[in-house]
Amino acid sequence: MDLLNALIVFSNFVFIPALAYGSQLALGALGVTLIYGILRFSNFAHGDTMAFGAMITVLATWWLQSLGVSLGPFPTAILALPFGIIICSLFILATDRFVYRFYRNQKAKPVILVIVSMGIMFIMNGLVRFIIGPNDQRFADGERFIISVREFKQLTGLREGLAFKTTQGITIITAILVVLILFWFLNKTRTGKSMRAYSDNEDLALLSGINPEKVVTVTWLIVAALATVAGTLYGLDKSFKPFVYFQLLLPIFASAIVGGLGNPIGAIAGGFIVAFSEVTITYAWKKVLKYSLPESLEPTTLMQLLSTDYKFAVSFVILIVVLLFRPTGLFRGKAF
Amino acid sequence: MKKLLAVTAATALMASTAFAGGHSNIKIGVILGFTGPIESLTPPMGDGAEFAMKEVTDSGKLLGGASVTSVRADSTCIDAAAATAAAERLITSDGVKGIMGADCSGVTGAILANVALANGVVMISPSATSPGLSTAEDNGLFFRTAPSDARQGVVMTEVLMEQGIKEVAVTYTNNDYGKGLADSFAAAFEAAGGTVTINASHEDGKADYSAEVGALAAAGGDRLVVAGYVDQGGSGIVRAALDSGAFDTFHFPDGMIGTKLEENFGSEIDGSTGQHPGTDSPGAAKFADMVGGAFDATSPFTPESYDAAALIMLAMQAAGSAEPGDYKSKVMDVANAPGEMIYPGELGKALDILASGGEIDYVGATAVELIGPGESAGNYRQIEVSGGKISTVKYR
Repeated sequence: MDLLNALIVFSNFVFIPALAYGSQLALGALGVTLIYGILRFSNFAHGDTMAFGAMITVLATWWLQSLGVSLGPFPTAILALPFGIIICSLFILATDRFVYRFYRNQKAKPVILVIVSMGIMFIMNGLVRFIIGPNDQRFADGERFIISVREFKQLTGLREGLAFKTTQGITIITAILVVLILFWFLNKTRTGKSMRAYSDNEDLALLSGINPEKVVTVTWLIVAALATVAGTLYGLDKSFKPFVYFQLLLPIFASAIVGGLGNPIGAIAGGFIVAFSEVTITYAWKKVLKYSLPESLEPTTLMQLLSTDYKFAVSFVILIVVLLFRPTGLFRGKAF
Repeated sequence: MKKLLAVTAATALMASTAFAGGHSNIKIGVILGFTGPIESLTPPMGDGAEFAMKEVTDSGKLLGGASVTSVRADSTCIDAAAATAAAERLITSDGVKGIMGADCSGVTGAILANVALANGVVMISPSATSPGLSTAEDNGLFFRTAPSDARQGVVMTEVLMEQGIKEVAVTYTNNDYGKGLADSFAAAFEAAGGTVTINASHEDGKADYSAEVGALAAAGGDRLVVAGYVDQGGSGIVRAALDSGAFDTFHFPDGMIGTKLEENFGSEIDGSTGQHPGTDSPGAAKFADMVGGAFDATSPFTPESYDAAALIMLAMQAAGSAEPGDYKSKVMDVANAPGEMIYPGELGKALDILASGGEIDYVGATAVELIGPGESAGNYRQIEVSGGKISTVKYR
């Protein structure tokens, strides 16, 4: 038995990757949940909004790199983030002006808006691939590791190593900061309060003199910023490939629905629930058990519940179970 | 118009009578995927095969001076129905005496089973590598100048065993190539006394392979065998394995070896090994010299195409007949020892030797050596990564 090594293996292959992935999902799910709460439809274009924002950030990063600007050990992409957020916001506001506002004025049913968002999704999807191409793009630079496996082994003298990538650290810290700012904004500022009022009861909010266009504009701005940050962090940590963001839509929606659509705390909890389920269910536990069990109980098989090919199926199953037994989600969002 | 037609017909008639009076003409089908997923590879392949036919025709020594013409057809690489129809046309309406092709493993198997067997026509494929074709029913009609991936599995096993590696984890790209190669490697490796701790697939085109690498790491092994593509998931797996410290050294089959590997990882993968088809035989250089700038002689499977066409014609000469039923048993004889070694550009000499009853050992552009069910033994270039560069260890 060697519990310390078991813990290290667990952290290296399960805890840290799932924490970073969960942060990325939580940021994405927050965007989806805000749109659902305030504009009252499921925004299928969210994955591709992330791709668009991340693409602008990648282009800005390349530009900064060509000028010789760098942040030392940190990725240059952090400096490029504001460019991504601004241009993504402008693009999103333009789609609202030219597409969504038309349907809002008609008081279109949510399901129509969902279909409209799918149209936007396809256009953005094509646009991103047209501009930057469908392939992998590398834009990460700076120090790759906070601590690498080799350094960790030398430092501790343990058999197992632990890697903690800079991008994972940045992802987790950024996610915490962004969430804190968002909650402060929603709970303490006048605009944030008017957004919540509009979300709770549209008619009452209008009667109290809240300007609906302002609420909508601010919501889109926040969503664009969240999407760009989430997309860039995902691209930094893994790799930037346009089509991947479209596939991310499923776990993101699963996170938002599990937590309760329209409930920001739920979106964050949902993101981590989905991430940890995906990773723990598809992880082969052989090594962890080998260290943590007495020798007589040592497993001979891989101890893997599901092959990694079925990773996305986990999101589906969680989604179905939650919708069957608690349709409003764990944190009581707006019911369908 | 009518007059013109009549004149044309008359001329054609005269021409063909003149031809028949002089020497006979033998047609050989060249069936390759001129459209479809490998359409960029097939033009030089077709040129390579026709280059051999021209050489034989110019020598005027095949079966007492017969000329050889090629009839091209499109295999599409993926559409078995279209490929079968094209091959059917070659045999029944064009009357070809042999087929140089097809290219991709799937359509090759379809043509063999549906057309070549039924009509008794010899097929020599320059590029079908699926191990499944080794055991396909062929009545001795099917050969290939490309090695089966089963052979690569054996070569991989030899390379790893020589370095004292007894335990490996295997991951493959989830398609026919990856699965076939991984399975044949696992079989060969275990037969040689090694252990494959896990044989898991990965999907191409994902951003994150940490979950796949987690499973591979849990299974463990001295080295990770990555039967994938360097431009696709294969590199993602290697990246994730390096980042998480799961594996330091790797073994790469042909799909992973390229300059992209050096660019992506450099000295991070020092000590890794691999192999891909390749030969240091002088035939390859001779072939490239002869072709000059006519087409790209180094394009993949182009030398194999030259050799495939040459083998058909040499077997005809050895049998003294252009009928597939007569010459099919001679293909192995002309390809293998004993006999005088024949390199590209020496087809005329080979025809002379055969005509006088001598024996030849066709080496050609790819050091042809047919084994077992009539497929190339295959020559591989063993590589290793040191100092961030791929370098040749030896040829085997």
